Amino acid sequence: MSLAWVLTLGALLFSLGIYGVLARRNAVLVLMGIELMLNAVNVNLIAFDAWIRQGNATGQIFALFIITVAAAEVGVGLAIVLLVFRRRETINVDEVNLLKW
Amino acid sequence: MEKYLFWVMAVTALLSGLGMVMARNAVHSALMLVVNFFALAVFYVLLGAHFLAAVQIIVYAGAIMVLFLFVIMLMGVQREEPADEPIRFQRPLALLAGGALGGLLVFVIRTSFGLARFAEQAGSSSAGNAQGIGRALFTSYLFPFEVTSILLIVAAIGVVVIGRREPESEEPAAPAPASSEPGGGP
Amino acid sequence: MPITQTPEVAWRAIAPALALAGGGVIALLVIAARPKIHRAALAALSLAAIGAASWSTFDLCALRYRVVMQGSVAVDGVSLFANLILLVTAAMTVLLSYHYLERRRIHRAEYYPLLLFATCGMVLLAAANDLILVFLAIEVLSLALYVLAGMARRDAGSQEAALKYLLLGAFSTAIFLYGIALSFGATGTTNLGRTAVKVASGGVDARLTSAAMALLAIGFGFKVSVVPFHMWTPDVYQGAPTSVTGFMAAGTKAAGFAALLRVFLVSFGALQWSWRPVLWGLAAATMVVGSILAIAQSDVKRMLAYSSIAHAGFVLVGVVAGGREGLSASLFYLLAYAVMVLGAFGAVIVSAPDGRERLSFGEWAGLGQRHPVFAGAMTLFLLSLAGIPPTAGFMGKFFVFSAAVQAGETPLVVVGVLASVVAAFFYLRLIVLMWLTEPAGEAQELGASPAPALALALAAAATLAFGVYPQAIMDLARAASVFTG
Repeated sequence: MSLAWVLTLGALLFSLGIYGVLARRNAVLVLMGIELMLNAVNVNLIAFDAWIRQGNATGQIFALFIITVAAAEVGVGLAIVLLVFRRRETINVDEVNLLKW
Repeated sequence: MEKYLFWVMAVTALLSGLGMVMARNAVHSALMLVVNFFALAVFYVLLGAHFLAAVQIIVYAGAIMVLFLFVIMLMGVQREEPADEPIRFQRPLALLAGGALGGLLVFVIRTSFGLARFAEQAGSSSAGNAQGIGRALFTSYLFPFEVTSILLIVAAIGVVVIGRREPESEEPAAPAPASSEPGGGP
Repeated sequence: MPITQTPEVAWRAIAPALALAGGGVIALLVIAARPKIHRAALAALSLAAIGAASWSTFDLCALRYRVVMQGSVAVDGVSLFANLILLVTAAMTVLLSYHYLERRRIHRAEYYPLLLFATCGMVLLAAANDLILVFLAIEVLSLALYVLAGMARRDAGSQEAALKYLLLGAFSTAIFLYGIALSFGATGTTNLGRTAVKVASGGVDARLTSAAMALLAIGFGFKVSVVPFHMWTPDVYQGAPTSVTGFMAAGTKAAGFAALLRVFLVSFGALQWSWRPVLWGLAAATMVVGSILAIAQSDVKRMLAYSSIAHAGFVLVGVVAGGREGLSASLFYLLAYAVMVLGAFGAVIVSAPDGRERLSFGEWAGLGQRHPVFAGAMTLFLLSLAGIPPTAGFMGKFFVFSAAVQAGETPLVVVGVLASVVAAFFYLRLIVLMWLTEPAGEAQELGASPAPALALALAAAATLAFGVYPQAIMDLARAASVFTG
């Protein structure tokens, strides 16, 4: 198992996530694309951590923080999505266009 | 064995990621993402991050994805994305952006690391277990750890503020034209 | 099992952040115990927490600059000066918020703790000396701001501002994180000081660090709204409650630029040759695009949003100039900008008695005749934003441009001056409208309650003082232009 292949996987997942964020119109799916991007970052961090192998596991700690933050962000994000949905019956980001997208 | 597992899981992760961004139905997308998270958890085990593999499954695949599914259900399962494109060339442009960045990153990675292999037993690095992470978390990263507590307070308050209606103080028949629509929820 | 030593906690060094977070928690407990508590008490509590944070910041100034908390927090001139800007911003926001929220009937008790937590995140961001803490601080302030932007829950504009800010903010954070991961992979550390050592030693992969720096720049670019990562700014600034908009414009910019300066000048200082041309381009594009797009606006908040984009470009000129001159000029500019933009948004808040502000340009016609003092203050802020002497904005631009000329970046200064000329046009348009046109319709009162009036008066005094006698503040900024790391 070589480092470059793991990192390549991370990069591909990241670009899939970017495509998801930019191409999807449903706000929930956009948020899921962001989750995919964050996971790609975690793959990178953990691979680098295993590669560098220094004492205090910086990469793994960072990944742990990212997971925590992702949970918090998803909580707030879905609350906002629900708020918009309850008012407008749509969560397609381009239909939410009182302000220009 | 490890090698085959890597390839199987890499293909699984990529296909499920692809499925997630392509599926028309939101529930399918969410389930694809769960598969993706499980595949990544296997990776973490291969890379020696056992604790994170557990966290990945418990927090990500468990809690976060359930939250997603819950919200999707609340909004109606049959809801599918319309196939038309109100923003012209949205998908091709997204493909271009994702593809260009991905290609660039892969190029950088391939040229920087080439065929560098992990040392034997990448998994046995001393920090790859809960003990090592715990010690680092409460010594070297004590302060960031405490900052996450503030972050979680903010998130909790934020969800309450956004989600809860407060009848006594909130604009009943709003004075502002922009906020004139009554009723906030079902 | 070896016994691990208890980590050392530098209480005095983190006291400003502790005071703000502690104030937020106390406010929450008070709200939980007495849900119907008068909002004025919460506002006073917030001001007290901000006061405590300011006091502990002054207390820190006497200490030796150093890195504390296992290398994750830097106490140095830049973080202390940023604290000054951020605490002034927070205090003014509290003063401006109270009556505004009351009038718009969106006065929720949780507003104040969220404001304190957001300020805490900004203070931490300005002092963060580890990329992990940079990320967490950005998230603390962003999460609080997403919610604050959506504070007017019934208002469609506010909801959509929150949604848009959240989606694009999270997107940019993910890109930023990828940059951090690559930087970690290249250097083996997330600590900014150790990254600097590693980068200076030359033992890092150039391609990998370049990619890392590019992604980090994109992440910061989103936060401080640099072209081409500015798309969210006008909509979010327009939709969010105006008091929050002012806070975002002044605070996020100051904290974001402090962190950007620290990351690029400390960590990647040895690679200046590689990132300076990129920031050069971003600065030029930001100044030009921000100024040109502002001309087309007919909504005051939107116009100020585009002007805030243009101002991010002017600060970037200071970053590109680099060195102690450029750094101190950027810091001065951030303080000057905070004061004048809070004044301008404050004037929008005060402009009408009910929750409905004067947003379209037409509503400002003839205000000079009806409310000369108020129109005079707004004129002062607009002149300052345009960079016309004798105001803070002029001195800010002067320092930034002269630092850039000294650094041999004259072409960038030419672009900047041209952009300022274009920008002056739309500020002057509003001024002309206020003073030289006849008022239309019947006279309308202002919503000037004592607290916002006080905030406006302070902002106007500071705008004028920094313009007439900038030396004191500039000396302070120059003394503060020291990193430790």
